[in-house]
Parts: sequence; structure tokens; C-alpha cells
Amino acid sequence: MTEPIVMYKDVHKSFGDVKVLRGVDLDIKPAEKVAVIGPSGSGKTTIIRMLMTLEEPTSGDIIVDGKNLWHMEKGGKLVPANEKHLREVRGDIGMVFQHFNLFPHMTILENCMTAPVNVQKENKTSAKERSIEMLEKVGLGDKLDNYPSQLSGGQKQRVAMARALVMRPKIMLFDEVTSALDPELVGEVLEVIRDIAKEGEMAMVLVTHEMEFARDVADRIVFLDNGVIAEQGPPAEVLENSTNERLQSFLHRFRR
Amino acid sequence: MITINAIADIFPVLMKGVEITVTVLLASIVLGYFIAFIAGFGRLSNNVILRKFTGFYVEVFRGTSLIVQLFWFYYALPILFGIEIGSDFWAGVLAISLNYGAYMSEIVRGSIQSVAKGQSEAATALNMSRFQRMRLVIFPQAVRMMLPEFGNYLILMLKSTSLVSLIGMTDILYYGDILRSSNLSQAPTVYLLVLVFYFILALPLIWLTKKMESISKKGVASQ
Amino acid sequence: MNNNWSWDIFFDAFPKVLEGLGITLGLTIACYLFALIFGFIWTFVKRIPITPIRWVLLWIMEFIRSTPPLVQLFFLYYAWPIVPYIGVTLDPFTSAVLGLGIHYSTYIGEVYRSGIDSVDRGQWEAARALNFSTGQKWTKVILPQAIPPTIPMLGNYLIIMFKEVPLASTVGVSGILFMADEFGSQHWKYLEPITIVAILFLVLSYPSAILISKLEKKMNRRFNKKATSKQIQENKGAVS
Repeated sequence: MTEPIVMYKDVHKSFGDVKVLRGVDLDIKPAEKVAVIGPSGSGKTTIIRMLMTLEEPTSGDIIVDGKNLWHMEKGGKLVPANEKHLREVRGDIGMVFQHFNLFPHMTILENCMTAPVNVQKENKTSAKERSIEMLEKVGLGDKLDNYPSQLSGGQKQRVAMARALVMRPKIMLFDEVTSALDPELVGEVLEVIRDIAKEGEMAMVLVTHEMEFARDVADRIVFLDNGVIAEQGPPAEVLENSTNERLQSFLHRFRR
Repeated sequence: MITINAIADIFPVLMKGVEITVTVLLASIVLGYFIAFIAGFGRLSNNVILRKFTGFYVEVFRGTSLIVQLFWFYYALPILFGIEIGSDFWAGVLAISLNYGAYMSEIVRGSIQSVAKGQSEAATALNMSRFQRMRLVIFPQAVRMMLPEFGNYLILMLKSTSLVSLIGMTDILYYGDILRSSNLSQAPTVYLLVLVFYFILALPLIWLTKKMESISKKGVASQ
Repeated sequence: MNNNWSWDIFFDAFPKVLEGLGITLGLTIACYLFALIFGFIWTFVKRIPITPIRWVLLWIMEFIRSTPPLVQLFFLYYAWPIVPYIGVTLDPFTSAVLGLGIHYSTYIGEVYRSGIDSVDRGQWEAARALNFSTGQKWTKVILPQAIPPTIPMLGNYLIIMFKEVPLASTVGVSGILFMADEFGSQHWKYLEPITIVAILFLVLSYPSAILISKLEKKMNRRFNKKATSKQIQENKGAVS
């Protein structure tokens, strides 16, 4: 059995008095596609935001590729991670956001190139080449010099994916990437994610409301409720054969 | 009465003051913007002492009047540093740049803070360091927001340079006052011309402000 | 000049400087009220349909805004009495009220205008659709929405005016700066009295500024208009 690439160990998270996560244990294997579903406020977005270092867990550990994300060793003791440690560990993780978060002052091409060039110190020519290649793959090879404000929501989201993929992450996080889109633009974005998933090597964690899509793409579905994992397993099992009442009523709202 | 002859007499005298007005203005602009960035970043720093210190500076200079600051520097600089020669120039430039630097630091701070949080998060997701996030993502967007306001301050600083005549610097208004006191009947022509001088100096700044506004509008359309 | 700080001088000067406070505050209020009223004139300049008149007025406004209030003050005090036919001698206080009042009225006019512009287009259209008369449109629909968001901005201008008023000491209005200067020339000690003036300004304007920013937040919450807070920010930058 392969070692998990990501391990959550009894992770808790509170915002002030509000307990969002109350002990999450979750292993993700390399190349595994995990869809996280659950009612809003169940903490599903928080799970991936902690992995991206955008949110610090209140307690518990997250292990990425054998390394503790939020703690580091110093003089034989575990201490809270500093910026340098975080950067070292999160280097293999990429993320796509609900609201795209493209850089509005950069062209599409520059959006993709900036991190390889400035963060990974790749030379400009090859970064440019790979960025163009990636943008062509998501169907935007003709928009290289456009600014984000000139694109539709679906196009922006595809740029955001290209931008993350150029970094060659081992783990990709998708945070409700279709919820800010007009319904007619959802399809083109899901199509790109399907393609990426088929290529296989990357682990993917998808926080989503698209049940059909989750069933298609994911190897495993995790149902988060009230800050804990209430149910998990292969899509067919979780979506059809679960006896968990909360899950039943949650799914019921999607079948109309 | 305003006559061509009177104007011909007055004009060359006022011209002598243009150099000082422009010098004080340019020095104040450069130093003022510099201070604005230092103090603006200072107030966003993680260092509590730095944050409190810059906060104190900003409140003191925004809370008192520029003309009072000017006189204060004029009287205090020789005592504090023992500078006598040229201290009126430095009193003028320091007062103007520290005063407007305080106001503009609030623009720097406000603009940086108003860059959407998602921008910084996206930069983190691309594994940028804190410094890279600021340099590549936040700052370029914040500067575009600062431009129109910075433009307005150019004209405010120009107007405020007229105060240095009160501490004996030989700027445009200083020569105007001399002309008025030597021949009171000329006063209307003199002061109208002084105003016209300032307005002509203001025109390129007004143009620049409009330019900065349009750059700022074009630069970043929100997503 | 005697170059050492002296607390004795400081405490001697304090009551003397304080004597000017009434005048400073009175002049602030007078200038402010004048600017508030005169500001209306500039509010509608951009709406004047006759192009040459609009154009001339806009340039006059720009001229007043872009030239130093100190020079405008000198013009009114020294030059106005000599202007043929229309010239009148003005006492220092009046010339300060006119000079600073007119200068800042151009800024106040912009505040009024931004308030009116912040009213949503749909509101004008709704007023038309409901067949309001022009008077009703303004009193019942536009102004009730336009005025509240301008209140914090106008409050800021009161503080700004307070800090500009010491300019009037240059034509002999005996406010705190004038008093400090007088004390200085009598005792040949300037730093102490001018420091007192600075402290007085700080003590009076800082709490007012806090008060106004609280008011601003409250207003923003109540009216929840993004445009408004942006305009307030723009206008804050307008004057020091």
C-alpha cells in the first residue's frame, strides 16, 4: 500500500467561539481524487484552506508528503512553522478558488508565468512556453495578451487552472470552482477538470456541490457534517447506499 | 487700474520668486511621497513599536495645522540641530512634506488594505513569499488606486508652498508682498498676477492629475 | 534668540495664547458656515446647460481651487479696498471669512455634488415614473438620499477649516497663532508659545476626527453604500 501524500490527524479549527472542524482524520493517497461534499458551514472549504496554509488549524496535524505542515522541528522540539517552512512544504500544492482571484494587472500569460519565474526561478523562455502550452490545453491559446477583465467567468476559471497547473503541483485543491459561474459556463470548467483528472498523476481534492460531477471524477466521496467526516467511500456507495440520515437529507435536496 | 505698464513692471519681479516656489515644491513632493510610503508601510508592519510610532506621527501631523508646523520647525530646527543657514528652506520643506506625507500615508495604507484578500491568497497558493506577494501582486494594484489621490495632493502641496513666504523665503508671494508694501495702489494687480502665476504652475499638475486618474481607471478593472 | 526651552516661559505663555481660542473657534464656525452656503453655487455648475457660462464658471472654480488661499486672503485684505468702483475696506475677520469661505466653498460644492451623484439612477427614473414635479423630485426623493452620506465628509471639512483658520493671523486676526506670535515678539521666545498652539490644535482636532470617523462608520452601515465610502475617501484627499 502506498503512503498517503496528505494526512489530517485529529484536526480542529475554531473561528472565535465557532467550532468549524471538530476532529478530522483524512488520508489522501497520491493520484487519488477526493470530492468533499456537505452542507454549507460544514467546514469543507476550511479543510482545503488549511492545507493551502491560508488558515491555521487550532489543533491537530496535517502531514504533507511526510512533512508536518504547520509545525517544524527546532532543537528537537516541535514549534509553529515559520514562513520558510510553510513555503517548503506547500510547494507541491496548488489551488483554484471560487472567485478565480486572477491578478487583474497582469495579462493571462503573465498570470501563468509569474509564479514559475519568480517562485520556482524557471527561466522566462521555458516558463512562457509551458504557460502557453497549458493555456492552449484549457482552450485559451488565443487570449494570451488579454486581461482578466476581458474574459467570461468560465474563461477566468480556466486561466486560474492553467496558472495552478504550470506550477506542476502534486496536489490540486478546487474550492467550489463552479459556484460563482453562470449556469451555462459551468460545463466548460468541469470539462477541463475531467481532462486533468484523467491524466492521473495528481492528487485532487474537490470541494463541490456538483454531485453528478463528483460521482464521475472522484475515487472517493467524503461527506462532511457538523465539523466531522460523517461518511466516506466510493461514490456509488456514498451516494446510493448510505444509511446516514443527514447524508440522505442532504442528497435529497439535490435530487429534484 | 490694471495696465500693461504695471504688468510689465510687476511680472519680472514675481519671476524672481518662481525658482524658490518650484524648488520648495519639488523637494516637498519627493520627500512627501517618500515619507508617505515609509509611514504607510510602517502602519501595516507586524512590528508593534514601528506601527505605534508611525501612527503617532500621522496623528500628530494630521491633528495640527500646517502653518503651525511650519513656524514650529522654523523656531525649533535651529535649537534642535543648531542649523542656522538654510534652516528656513528645511523648515519649509520638512513641514510641507511631513504634513502631506502623513495624509498620503493614509492613502498608501488604505490602498494596500483595499486590495482584495483573494489576491494575497492566490499569491500564497502560488507559493509566493510575503515579500513577493507584496511586490508582484498587492503593490502594483495598490499603486493604481493611489494615483488619483496622489494627484490631488500635488496641487495641495503647490498651494501650501506659498506659506514659506511667511518665514522669509523669497518665493512668488514674498515678492508680491514686497511690491504691495512699496506701492499699495498696485496691490490688486500684484495679487491677481500672483494668483495667475500659481494657477499657471498648477495647470500641468491638474493635467497630470487627470492623467493619473485615467491610468488608474484603465489599469485595473475589478474582476 | 535665547535658545533654550523654558517651562517658565511655557506656563507664562499658556494663558496668553489661550485668549485667542475664542476668536479661532469663532472664525472657524464663520468660515465654515460661509463655505457651506456658498458651496451651493458650485454644486450645480456642471449641470448648467449653456456651455459658455458653464465653461467660464468651471474655470473660475478651478482657479479658486488651484491657487493658494493665503494669496486670496491677501488679495481681499490688501487689494480689494483699492479695486475701483466695487472695492470696500474689509476688517481682518471679514476678509478671512470671505477668503477661506470662498476657497473651501469650491470643495464643499464638490461634496454636495458627490452626494447627489451617489443617488442611484433608478431613483431619478422612479421619480419620473411616479410623475413627481421637479420640486417634489428633489425634496422627496433625491435630497433625503443625497444628504446623509455627505454628513461625515462635511464634518471632515469642519476640522480642515479649523486647521486652516490660523492663516488669518497673517492679516491680524487675533486667534491663537496670532497670540503666540505676539507673545513671541514681546519675550523674544517663540518655540514655547508655538508649541502650545500645536498642542491646542491636537487636543481639539484629534477627538473630533475620531468622532467623525465613528459617525462615518455608522452612516456607512446604515446606508450601506459602497460608492459613498469611496467618495468620502476621495474627498478626504481633497484638502488638508
